[in-house]
Amino acid sequence: MIFYILRRILYAVPIALGVSVVCFSLVYIAPGDPLQTVMPPDATAETIEIVKHAYGFDKPIPVQYLIWLGRLATGDMGMSISTRRPVFLEVTDALANTSLLALFAVPIAFSLGYAIGVVAGCFPGRWIDRVVTGTAVIGVSLPNYWLGIVLVIVFAVEYMLLPATGMGPTGSTGFRILEWSSAKYLILPVITLAMIPIGILARTTRAAVAEVRNQDFVQTLRAKGLSEGAVIRHVLKNSLPQVMAVMGLQFGYLLGGSILVETVFTWPGSGFLLSKAIINRDVPVLQGTILTLSLVFVATNLVVDLLQSLVDPRIRRG
Amino acid sequence: MTDIAAIDRPLDTFDEQAAPATRVRGYWRSVLYRLRHDPVTLFFAAIVLLVVLAAIFAPLIAPFDPYKESVVGRLKPLGWRGHLFGTDELGRDMLSRLIYGGRVSLLMGVVPVLIASIVGGLLGVVGGFAGGRINTAIMRTMDVFYAFPSVLLAVAVAGAMGGGITNGMLALTLVFIPPMCRVAETATTQIRMLDYIEAARATGAGTVTVIRYHVLGNVLGPVFVYASSLVSVSILLASGLSFLGLGVRPPTADWGLMLSTLRQSIYVVPIVCALPGAVIFVSSVSFNLVSDGLRAAMDVRL
Repeated sequence: MIFYILRRILYAVPIALGVSVVCFSLVYIAPGDPLQTVMPPDATAETIEIVKHAYGFDKPIPVQYLIWLGRLATGDMGMSISTRRPVFLEVTDALANTSLLALFAVPIAFSLGYAIGVVAGCFPGRWIDRVVTGTAVIGVSLPNYWLGIVLVIVFAVEYMLLPATGMGPTGSTGFRILEWSSAKYLILPVITLAMIPIGILARTTRAAVAEVRNQDFVQTLRAKGLSEGAVIRHVLKNSLPQVMAVMGLQFGYLLGGSILVETVFTWPGSGFLLSKAIINRDVPVLQGTILTLSLVFVATNLVVDLLQSLVDPRIRRG
Repeated sequence: MTDIAAIDRPLDTFDEQAAPATRVRGYWRSVLYRLRHDPVTLFFAAIVLLVVLAAIFAPLIAPFDPYKESVVGRLKPLGWRGHLFGTDELGRDMLSRLIYGGRVSLLMGVVPVLIASIVGGLLGVVGGFAGGRINTAIMRTMDVFYAFPSVLLAVAVAGAMGGGITNGMLALTLVFIPPMCRVAETATTQIRMLDYIEAARATGAGTVTVIRYHVLGNVLGPVFVYASSLVSVSILLASGLSFLGLGVRPPTADWGLMLSTLRQSIYVVPIVCALPGAVIFVSSVSFNLVSDGLRAAMDVRL
């Protein structure tokens, strides 16, 4: 097992390096000179040379990458062009706010999606299965930013029960989760965020459970007289690895893909930071946020992979 | 209504019995047969067709000019002076803009998937057929792109390149190539070692011939079904990009962009503001269910 864990970690290293290469090249696929935004329009050729040298843009690109990677290792992701703060601080602050959303959305989405998926998978073809499969398709095809807007229209505009946007009343400092005045800002974003994973998870779980139930060993279990409850326990355990893989992907989505939902609710998380960076053409922040979120995603998938092999040793990958 | 159904049913079963039991249908005929007997898929295929036709014939159908602004007619509710779906923040007719908006949204839903199917499919077939180091090199490169959540990758690439329709489609293509490549690679690897490929080789068929006549036939099915499921994702992602300001530029009518600009007006005409999202939702559900139906009818496992 130890060797297996080490091997998986070693395998994640080249992936992480690949991710860093892609993020590094984001600066170069941007149209125009990467320094365009910091340079005054009337800069002389001489000044441009000096600034280029100061930023290291006069070196060959592979060298620039290594320098960039070296700085990265010390947590230096450069400066934000719009706020002049270190990108690292911007990203960690935003990631904390996103994690707060995920902290609530993940348990809700995973438990609900899994539960209804199991119920549907146990009664394939029956009405409950049809209802669940239909709902799951809706969840999968729902533009979550639109759902957010609809929820705002219903709960904030029509009934004025919950706040529409933001993360606490204006002028408030810090987020106090135990106080209703703060906590009510969480409700709509969390529901919106949880909807798609619920659909996807219900779908996957249903398929996995239905598939395992058709295998021969289930027949054997029944034949030797196990109660239906005990049979289901076996089925669930065998369908778990497949479900876990999707849970890992969805966890990553909740952290990274929340960009649209956070934009709708102006929740100051990593997604909102990204969309601000796009509007301000703040490439360092764009690069830093994407890099951080992707590395978190790589790490999550690694953990899921290891958990999967703990649950079912057969699926260890070579 | 029930009477017609009652008459219809015996006729149907009669047709069934009339067909000789031993008749063997070709693959495509049986696919067509299964599709014809799948009312859910047919229903949503009709919606897809409707959306596509509306987009193609937009100038003929749209009741108003989608770009005609009106100072007095801003943000009017449903049915105001012949504007069935109301007007937007510049007084433009919503129904006409929704019809025209389908053009960009469908374009961005289909083109990236099409290009990604060709590029990703080819890479997958080449990798799967060649095996060994070439395959490892291709698939490990794809793994890197897998390490990004899809929305994030699309936003990153489109954001860095500065938005616009072309950049948006390029970003979406990049997002879809890796999964497409994986589907094609899996299908190719599965049949590469089968006897009939060996037999074809033994008769002297070259690599290109084997791939063209024996491999592609087995790979195109899964690739096609998977591509059809991606169209729904692509529509969602494309309108997401427009919503963030990375897709089309105003004043072009586009569902995502309309949703984003109307968001400021939810306190004035809430229902009108929610319409573009509803259209995105309906198209996405329809494409999704048609794809599910195709998968079942073509008996493809992904």
